[in-house]
Amino acid sequence: MKKYLQITIVLGIFAILIFFRQVKGNNKPVVVGSQNNNPASSQPNSNPLKSSGSQNTPTQTLQGAYKDGSYLGSVQDAFYGNIQVQAVIKGGKITDVIFLQYPNDNRTSQYVNSQADPMLKQEAIQAQSAQVDIVSGASASSQAFQASLADALSQAK
Amino acid sequence: MKKQAVIMGMPSVINVVDVGVTEEDINEVFSYFHYIDKKFSTYKKDSEVSRINRGELKEWDYSLEMIKILKLSEETKKETNGYFDINFNGILDPSGLVKGYAVFQGAEILRKKGFLNYFVEIAGDIQIQGKNEKRESWKVGIQNPFNVDEIIKIVKLSNKGIATSGNYLRGTHIYNPKSGKFAEDVAGITVIGKNVYEADRFATAAFAMGEEGIKFIENLKGFEGYMIKKDKKAILTSGFEEYLN
Repeated sequence: MKKYLQITIVLGIFAILIFFRQVKGNNKPVVVGSQNNNPASSQPNSNPLKSSGSQNTPTQTLQGAYKDGSYLGSVQDAFYGNIQVQAVIKGGKITDVIFLQYPNDNRTSQYVNSQADPMLKQEAIQAQSAQVDIVSGASASSQAFQASLADALSQAK
Repeated sequence: MKKQAVIMGMPSVINVVDVGVTEEDINEVFSYFHYIDKKFSTYKKDSEVSRINRGELKEWDYSLEMIKILKLSEETKKETNGYFDINFNGILDPSGLVKGYAVFQGAEILRKKGFLNYFVEIAGDIQIQGKNEKRESWKVGIQNPFNVDEIIKIVKLSNKGIATSGNYLRGTHIYNPKSGKFAEDVAGITVIGKNVYEADRFATAAFAMGEEGIKFIENLKGFEGYMIKKDKKAILTSGFEEYLN
């Protein structure tokens, strides 16, 4: 008898687990938070206003400088996502760099800070000696950025 | 022995100072990184993540590693008040977590082989164990987000993880069309934690929070942070200076 009771309890737990799993599964498409994201951010934003404006400016191309116009850089892999930039050249100079693709860290806008507001120390950043074993930085994306920009600028020559 | 490789399009460095380390030991870690990249890359069409996003794989087909990453992501979402979320418009993108996870697991491979003094890094996310060749704590530089060739802070670490999440700047004309919700004032945040997996996921979430992010780290037990704002001022958590000397 005790055995049957145990089996019933175990089966009951399983049934509850399966039920919750299904409930959870069904809710999946309605992830709170991700709905708040700008849907446009999943698509490259080419900002046509900004790039087309560059064509109308009187140009004064200097020696060795770039030709006026908008140039599309290659898509570069930055692990968190792709990076692609568009360089805008006016008067032979880079006047704008527009991100067409950018890895987005900002998944939701759900953050609510209910915790205490601590007073934290602030300082001006200052260059240090480069005598280190290794460096931590967000350079993965900056390298991809540089590669995409270099490609855009090579077309502007 | 120090070796470099390009993993997922990013520089990776492994440095093991214990005697007896072989090239094979280090290559094993690099192979693991390539395996992870193949599985979790969102822009490799044949990766497991891409197959899930195309609806080709159902939950019961997921690999154990995928299930683990999904669980960790769910956990991180809760711990960051929903700020960290790998579900983005119905698309699964665990990249914000996978790099730190990979570096941590890569370091575990070396630990299980019995090594004590080493670091494992992919693009600025580092797991640091033991001491450097001078028998001192490893010296880790925090990169200047305004000049990547420059270091603006040096921390001394042993048996810790450090990760930086950030944006980059090249003058005031650059803007990010997706940054509508970003706090525009933050250039980057470096987080130190008990391991690189922890440091990376909280650095990612804290960066997305804007200036509030440093308070989030301050309130997180066992973590310290260094946030660099676009006005070239940095904000330190209260225990950060312990790592300076």
